[in-house]
Amino acid sequence: MDEKTIKIKVEQVTKIFGKNTKQALQQLSNGKSKQEILQNTGCTVGVNQASFEVRTGEIFVIMGLSGSGKSTLVRLLNRLIDPTSGKVLIDDQDVVKMSKEKLRQVRRKKISMVFQKFALLPHFTILENTAFGLEIQGMSKEERQKTAMEALHLVGLKGFENQFPDQLSGGMQQRVGLARALANDPDILLMDEAFSALDPLIRKDMQDELLELQSSVEKTIVFITHDLDEALRIGDRIALMKDGNIVQIGTPEEILMNPSNQYVERFVEDVDLSKVLTAHHVMKRAETVQIEKGPRVALQLMRELGISSIYAVDKQKKLLGVVSAVDARKALETQQSLHQIITTDLSTVSPDTLLTDLFDKVSEATIPVAVIDDQKRLKGILIKGAVIGALAGNEKHINVWNEKQDVNNDKPKVVIK
Amino acid sequence: MNDLIPKLPLAKYIDELVVWLTINFEWFFDSITTILEGFVEGLVALLTFIPALLLIAMIGFLAWKVSKWRLTLFTVIGLLIIYNLGYWVEMIETLAIVLTAVFISIIIGIPLGIWASQKKVVKQIVTPILDFMQTMPAFVYLIPAIFFFNIGVVPGVVSSVIFSMPPTIRLTILGIQQVPSDIIEASEAFGSTTSQRLLKVQLPLAMPTIMAGINQSIMLALSMVVIASMVGAPGLGTEVYRAVTQIKTGIGFEAGLSIVIIAIVLDRITQKIGTKK
Ligand SMILES: Nc1ncnc2c1ncn2[C@@H]1O[C@H](COP(=O)(O)OP(=O)(O)O)[C@@H](O)[C@H]1O
Ligand SMILES: [Mg+2]
Repeated sequence: MDEKTIKIKVEQVTKIFGKNTKQALQQLSNGKSKQEILQNTGCTVGVNQASFEVRTGEIFVIMGLSGSGKSTLVRLLNRLIDPTSGKVLIDDQDVVKMSKEKLRQVRRKKISMVFQKFALLPHFTILENTAFGLEIQGMSKEERQKTAMEALHLVGLKGFENQFPDQLSGGMQQRVGLARALANDPDILLMDEAFSALDPLIRKDMQDELLELQSSVEKTIVFITHDLDEALRIGDRIALMKDGNIVQIGTPEEILMNPSNQYVERFVEDVDLSKVLTAHHVMKRAETVQIEKGPRVALQLMRELGISSIYAVDKQKKLLGVVSAVDARKALETQQSLHQIITTDLSTVSPDTLLTDLFDKVSEATIPVAVIDDQKRLKGILIKGAVIGALAGNEKHINVWNEKQDVNNDKPKVVIK
Repeated sequence: MNDLIPKLPLAKYIDELVVWLTINFEWFFDSITTILEGFVEGLVALLTFIPALLLIAMIGFLAWKVSKWRLTLFTVIGLLIIYNLGYWVEMIETLAIVLTAVFISIIIGIPLGIWASQKKVVKQIVTPILDFMQTMPAFVYLIPAIFFFNIGVVPGVVSSVIFSMPPTIRLTILGIQQVPSDIIEASEAFGSTTSQRLLKVQLPLAMPTIMAGINQSIMLALSMVVIASMVGAPGLGTEVYRAVTQIKTGIGFEAGLSIVIIAIVLDRITQKIGTKK
């Protein structure tokens, strides 16, 4: 899927609740605050001139405290709430201007929604609930049951199809909500605090499953939450809302590392970094030597870099082991190859391991823990001091990533003559 | 006491209105009379055609279907008592009037309730009328009803309808509006039309409440039987009324007991239907 295509484009969309919306709109454009407008006109500003784009296949999180306008904003996307002004373009078509019939088609085929309190029909079985959207479209019973079964299978609820919602736990009910949304095979999923009603542990499972699901179904997801940890975990990009305004849009790292104002800063302040940062964020460049080069080169590199051990890799940068200066010197004297002397029992982690999960390894290790990707290529190493520094919020120790950056880029610091 | 402002001639206006309606809408009232009379008589004919014991068994079976053996036992014994006391035909006449009145309450009340639940204006108009209908003493409806429909079973049915319809309307509105807003939102979000939303979501979820309204309507219609007998509606009410005017305590008790039995049977059976999934 093309990363660049834009699925949803929201332009200057505003929602004002109340009777004097014209007057309120006027005052809003004069820069009056939400409180002032409420006092002057009795109108509540739900969303104020929000603009953003959601790319195809992305998980776009809208985050903010309760009452900041998240639910209103997400409902403007499928026009469950009519905007007071502005445009909402889905695949370049303005939802705001659509006829009722056209809008209904969009809701049936293109956008599905998952609700905070599940919103299942209590008199329908799980299967009937899952097939609800298809039934509305007029699909035949046989066909919709087949499709619904597939959706239930996708969320791991096979075998529950004949139960009723009140026989299921909250987490399972929300899986039904998700299955119902997926059964329509929409391009876009709107999820309004979909996991907020669930217990923390189940919530985490659901987040993981959503991410896993997303990697196979590749929907465009707009996910609402008031929980920063959740936003950071699942968001490709996050929009932060306050009093109906979007105050910052960025990747989780950008939000964490460069809060655009005090409000965002305060929001981000309490974040438990150990549950957000991964090995990827805190690893340092690993000094390596290609194993064929032999002990002499390894020794020279160590001497020039002032280090006492070095990682041995093959031509594909696959990690093979580590060599200490002492061993290298010995090998040189006894004419051994690096293959024969490297230590291979290193502890390793993958780049997306959370800090909380790698503490033990890092503190026990005598040689820095190596970070390797799924092809065993060495990406970097974890230095105890740097990990602790990152946890303390010291930005010097946190890598802000974009795809092309890499601590172990191909250019070595030292050129070997 | 009130010399400055002369008494409003309200009574006179109402009388004139009733006369005007009687004359100008005679065709309308006549056709209603024919239909209702036919309906009630048909129902009575049908129910008396079935042998009493068979009918008791059938109603008992219905009770057993919707509930447990206790209600079944009560239903069968109760109906046998009525049969034994010799009020079988009167009971059927009463049943026919009540069922007809409730049937009309339902076919008018539920659509009206649905309409009022969807449109605020309609609800704002309907609610005060319902208050009026329920608080005006039921006797008062009898007078114009005699004008419009003569005496007999029809004015009895009509005043029962007026008196018993409000709970059905009210609880239909309530039931529909009580459907959780996020469920409504969900049906909208998946692209329901208004009628899909109503038929697949709102009405099924409102059904227990609507049934409670119907149950109340039945009880109110039953409470009208004695009053209806004053304009000539036949049935158990007539027996009670006659016993009162002739001061016959025993007969009054027998007929009254029969009404109580019918009331309990109808109440419990409809309640059970309402709460069943
Ligand atoms: N139907 C409504 N009528 C009036 N005000 C509303 C309505 N819905 C939401 N609001 C107001 O709009 C603001 C944003 O609400 P909402 O979008 O529900 O926030 P969030 O989902 O972030 O908690 C709040 O101040 C809320 O009181
Ligand atoms: Mg909300």
